[in-house]
Amino acid sequence: MKSLAELKQLREKLQQEMSARNSEGKPKIIVGMGTCGIAAGAREVLQAIINEIERRNLDVIITQTGCIGMCEKEPLVDVQLPGQARITYGKVTAKDVERIIVEHVINGNIVTDLAVARLEEGEI
Amino acid sequence: MQPKFYRSHVLICTGTGCVSSGSKNIKTELMSKLLDYGLENEVKVVETGCHGFCEKGPIMIVYPEGVFYCHVRPEDIKDIVEEHLLKGRIVERLLYQEQPDTEKIPSYRDIDFYKKQHRIVLADCGRINPERIEEYIAVGGYEAAGKALTEMTPEQVIDEVKRSGLRGRGGAGFPTGLKWELTRKSAGDKKYLVCNADEGDPGAFMDRSLLEGDPHRVIEGMIIAAYAIGADEGYIYVRAEYPLAIHRLEIAIAQAQQYGLLGKDIFGSGFNFDLHIKKGAGAFVCGEETALMASIEGRRGMPRPKPPFPSVSGLWGKPTNINNVETFGNVPYIIKHGADAFKSVGTEKSTGTKVFALTGKINNTGLVEVPMGITLREIIYDIGGGISQGKKLKAVQTGGPSGGCIPAELLDLPIDYESLQSVGAMMGSGGMVVMDESTCMVDVARFFLKFTQSESCGKCTPCREGTKRMLEILDRICSGEGREGDIELLEELGHHIKETSLCQLGGSAPNPVLSTIKYFRDEYEAHIKEKRCPANVCAGMSAAYAINASKCIGCGLCVKTCPIGAITGERKKPHTIDANTCIACGACAAKCPVKAIAQG
Repeated sequence: MKSLAELKQLREKLQQEMSARNSEGKPKIIVGMGTCGIAAGAREVLQAIINEIERRNLDVIITQTGCIGMCEKEPLVDVQLPGQARITYGKVTAKDVERIIVEHVINGNIVTDLAVARLEEGEI
Repeated sequence: MQPKFYRSHVLICTGTGCVSSGSKNIKTELMSKLLDYGLENEVKVVETGCHGFCEKGPIMIVYPEGVFYCHVRPEDIKDIVEEHLLKGRIVERLLYQEQPDTEKIPSYRDIDFYKKQHRIVLADCGRINPERIEEYIAVGGYEAAGKALTEMTPEQVIDEVKRSGLRGRGGAGFPTGLKWELTRKSAGDKKYLVCNADEGDPGAFMDRSLLEGDPHRVIEGMIIAAYAIGADEGYIYVRAEYPLAIHRLEIAIAQAQQYGLLGKDIFGSGFNFDLHIKKGAGAFVCGEETALMASIEGRRGMPRPKPPFPSVSGLWGKPTNINNVETFGNVPYIIKHGADAFKSVGTEKSTGTKVFALTGKINNTGLVEVPMGITLREIIYDIGGGISQGKKLKAVQTGGPSGGCIPAELLDLPIDYESLQSVGAMMGSGGMVVMDESTCMVDVARFFLKFTQSESCGKCTPCREGTKRMLEILDRICSGEGREGDIELLEELGHHIKETSLCQLGGSAPNPVLSTIKYFRDEYEAHIKEKRCPANVCAGMSAAYAINASKCIGCGLCVKTCPIGAITGERKKPHTIDANTCIACGACAAKCPVKAIAQG
């Protein structure tokens, strides 16, 4: 370690290692992992999301949720940006993942053709 | 290289407490179940240090949700993996509950045990993997050392620590900044820095937990201290009976060397610092600084008269600064956030926080960090969850064998150096043993004195002979042979030993006796005058147990339980206890399924 700046650079780089342990103020992706979701391919979608986030080095929280009743539209993926409405995407496939992450998570634009529901903040 | 992304982190406590309640098996089981479900690349398993809530161990925290699972057993792992990690459903039955009839609490932050705590030293203990320096750096570790070495002069560092009001956490409470200044100003080309990790009080495990859970914080504090006093070499004196702490320290030191945080020209500042571990053999007296230094030098661990103080002539005759583990643990925070931030917590004369090991007859045993000035009542009832089995609090023992007993009447006493001293106890390193109404205070005093007596190094007469005589008196009081005048004799001996002993082992050894006499004199008198132990603890004078023949079902459990074979009887017929043999230990009464046994 030759300087404080070098340490701070290293810290930046290492931060993603810890990111899952602090969820405050971060974009959240929620994958429906009920039996219906898993049967419809939610595991593959989840894996694709993880790969995409890792590839782009994003600071995003991924959680799962159980069946929310729209089994017909599984796999369901919700995206919630801090302070914004929670958008549910239906019939998501692994190849839709990149589009959802680039357009919604990174650029903040809802992917309207895949969206099936919208929950305002605080309304669950 | 980019670190690998895991969507979920599972933190398993591997502090000594949780390891002994089985956390290693939990981890093995978790790893195998993750493989079964194909989650090994999505879920990261992290071993952490102590979370403090040892009572509820093994403890597991699942992120990103921050769900707190307690008493996790290997057979619970399948549900955690399948339900929570795969499907996102919290496993309700493993959540924490304050009371059997209250709601389950999923999140760490909402548990009463943690709410009143203020974590400075333990901030990352349980949050990071102590065996990976990368995690410590990721939460901002070593930035304080970087700041001190590159942006501050040693004098500025000392000033900041002085201004913070930090005092020695080993118990005596000497101002840390002042100690550093004395060593800095001592003439000498070679200076040493020593970390006293010879934690020896029965029931105390604060330093061990910090070394196991966040060793880099202590190392960082030492780097800053070494820079301030002008030392280029340091020792951590830690007892060999702390194998996990030593293991993690060794890893931490090697990693810090690898990153150039120890060794030559740290942060390009030209400052060099090497750190060694010295394992102690576990003698209590080696916690005394001059004995500790003798032990590091390879001599027999015995104290010597002071002055000269270590700051003038310490290790190998060189100026040496010795601080306790927890003291060093506070230093990075002070340098990083400033003295004012540190001072904003605690009281005027006792700033910051103190870590306590809560043990004894309390519901939530464990490790807590509280702001100075908090009352005993808050620690015991709000954080500690009250006395176990609904019994009444009798006293709290702080400071281990050097400290004293604080009676229940003083429950609203604020915890700071001066208040504790004023009632005859002391801060000590942070052991806090809670005692309920079933505790005999004479027996407690005898227990602690027995400890210090056998740990006395024997160098000075008052400690060697005096504690022995005091113990003989206590032994006879407890066995029902106490004499008129024994209390006065104990007091007289105690005061002489305190005043004339060479070091603080002897200087504080009588404290448990003197403080129990002060607050529980009636119990001593009952033992001596009435030959009666009010708490029914002292075997020599407790009434023998007897079996109520009309209730006894002749199950024979008591026969098996009795340690001395005083109970006889035919199966399915009432049993009898031989009153002359019975030692009144009460084991049979505790086991009896029909409550047919009581003291006669």
